[in-house]
Amino acid sequence: MSERGLLNPRREVRTVVLVQASQLRPARRERPGFLWAAPAAVFFTIFGIVPIAVVLYLSFTTWNGLGTPEWTGTTNWRALPEDTDALHSIWVTAKLTIFCWLIQTPLSLLLGVWAAGPQRNRAILSTLFFLPLLLSTAAIALTWLSLLDPNFGLAASLGSYVGVPDGNFLGDDSRALYAVAAVISWQFVPFHTLLYQAAARQIPVAMYEVAEMDGARTMRQFISITLPQLRNTIIASSVLVVVGSLTYFESILLLTNGGPGTATRVLPLHMYVKGFVGFDMGYASVLAVLLVAVGTALSVLIVRSTGYHRMNSDREGM
Amino acid sequence: MRPRARLFHTGVSLLVTASLVLAGGCGTAGPGASRDRIQVWALQDPQNEPVIRAGLGEFNSGSPVRAELVTYVNDAYKQKLHVSMGSPNAPDVFFNWGGGNLAEFVTANQVVDLSHALAARPDVRDAFLPSVLAVGRISNGQYGLPMNGIQPVVLFYHKGVFAKAGLAPPKTWSDLLSLVDAFKERKVTPIALPGSQGWTELMYLEYLLDRIGGPDRFSAIAAQRSGAWRDPAVLRALQMCQELAERGAFGTNFASINYDNTGASKLFATGKAAMFLMGSWEYTSQLSNNPDFVKRGDLGWTTFPTVDGGLGDQANVVGNPANYFSVAASSPHVRDATTLLIDTLSSDAYVRDLVNSGQVPAVAGVEAKLAGTPNAEFATFTYEMVAKAPSFTQSWDQALSPTVGTEMLTNLQKLFLSDISPEEFVEAMEKAS
Repeated sequence: MSERGLLNPRREVRTVVLVQASQLRPARRERPGFLWAAPAAVFFTIFGIVPIAVVLYLSFTTWNGLGTPEWTGTTNWRALPEDTDALHSIWVTAKLTIFCWLIQTPLSLLLGVWAAGPQRNRAILSTLFFLPLLLSTAAIALTWLSLLDPNFGLAASLGSYVGVPDGNFLGDDSRALYAVAAVISWQFVPFHTLLYQAAARQIPVAMYEVAEMDGARTMRQFISITLPQLRNTIIASSVLVVVGSLTYFESILLLTNGGPGTATRVLPLHMYVKGFVGFDMGYASVLAVLLVAVGTALSVLIVRSTGYHRMNSDREGM
Repeated sequence: MRPRARLFHTGVSLLVTASLVLAGGCGTAGPGASRDRIQVWALQDPQNEPVIRAGLGEFNSGSPVRAELVTYVNDAYKQKLHVSMGSPNAPDVFFNWGGGNLAEFVTANQVVDLSHALAARPDVRDAFLPSVLAVGRISNGQYGLPMNGIQPVVLFYHKGVFAKAGLAPPKTWSDLLSLVDAFKERKVTPIALPGSQGWTELMYLEYLLDRIGGPDRFSAIAAQRSGAWRDPAVLRALQMCQELAERGAFGTNFASINYDNTGASKLFATGKAAMFLMGSWEYTSQLSNNPDFVKRGDLGWTTFPTVDGGLGDQANVVGNPANYFSVAASSPHVRDATTLLIDTLSSDAYVRDLVNSGQVPAVAGVEAKLAGTPNAEFATFTYEMVAKAPSFTQSWDQALSPTVGTEMLTNLQKLFLSDISPEEFVEAMEKAS
């Protein structure tokens, strides 16, 4: 018997009434056959597996997009460690991921929990908070580009209040990445807020009522009930933030195009620049394979290390 | 064993389904567009499109094969063209920038050499300005013909700001440096520079290298001659670029300024910046974005300053000589498409339409036609600048191969921000080419 079963009083009750455990389980249903999975599997094969295989092949060739790729063995792969921009872009990607997570998770958690409550002006304010979710990425990026214009944008008038009198946010090596992370977060906080709001609404009210009787204040309730109950949502949202930041590039392309220099050039953007601006498809494929590997490894790592893959529910009685 | 058997089953059925879908897909993905017309690809451009359309209309009235214009937005065009060339959906005639970009297609044997067709029509060959025609020439073959106006890089200056400060536009590099100091004292950004886009910084390097060492230095780089980047003239030009930036010529926040959202143009038009080095298209852009600025007569222009002791002819010009039309080798209409280009691009009607759209065609002896137009003064200036230039160096990012060009623009941004030294720039570029 698992530890969990031993510690769980409910299981004890079952043995007392002498009902066999197997009978308690839901009736064993025949699993859906492969036919059920076929549409998704075919789709995934054509648009997921096949391209990855082709990219893997291309990474051993030299090809500028014209004519036929020429097999060059491991030349492209050997160029990778010497590409300082690539190494730098991995570092930038990591930093961007961390910034995005640090900004988005607390903000959307608090907003989501707040939006799940019964306050009077909640509906109106929530609607306002969700507005960025309705705008297209390109529109958001171009709007922020104008807002961050150092001479005529908001950056010009408000910059001096945050210690940047010349409004130089996107053009400064050290500030550009923060600016980009802020814009991305502005765009995606509403989505994660929505996740947290839905999850917070699922927390049984009884828990809070009991806590209240025990004299727990709001803060205590938040730390001891809300946060643990939202554990899986935090993980799910974090996976989305981390994997999302890893492949994110549209906003950066439009905001800074990876600049100044390579200060905000994340790995996907570096791949794009090599492949679709420089038309060095072979080397860009190396970067693509690298991205696939890192992305997969990272999501497996998060899911494994947090126990998310067991899909345990923390809800009472579930 | 059962799960394994099931997995096998699933795998087999997946493969079957996938191959069926793929086979079905291939059946329909063939040439969908009708191939009985000459497809002409160009950029979406309100100034140019009507001109091309009129030209095609003229051609269609007397040709058994009709030509039709398909346009694309600028940003996606290079990718779109690259992907479709060599596929069954390739265009018959395509817009391009000449130089290194066109050379990639030529190397892949995807472009038709127009030399023979031109040899049969010397009047057409001689109609174009030689320096502009040269950019469409790749290894002794003429692969592209100019299809729109010349776009040299011009030093614009704000007459109002200069008058208020009692200063005159620069004639030499040292003039420019003292102007930078003078305007800084007056709290005016000396030169507007949209440094978030590397190609705007490239203009300084292009002109400086030409002034210091003449056009051959870049020819060596374009020919990928080993050590060409290590030329002392290149190093000197790079140092001067960095010195200019470090002197504060562009203000402190130039790397945040964008050209595409007209941030730099506005900075200049509002008099917050005194000068602006930009392609001649900036005139049209100011005319539509800040019409008062142009109508007040505040927009001035001059040539890039000379450099003392430089070997280059001070009349030399850099910029975009023009854009080009080329014929795709895979086209079923190579002969008709060639006729279309030869007959249209230097015809009186086409040249007149170009002039009327506000452009300066790359055609010899067009001054008379420019005279009566609304912006005759600027048009004549650019025409004479180019017509008198012993050499017209194409923008480096267009002349070099895309791989090297991209690398160069990235390093140039770093150079202007003093993230790297001129020496490091040289080494990085020597490695990249």
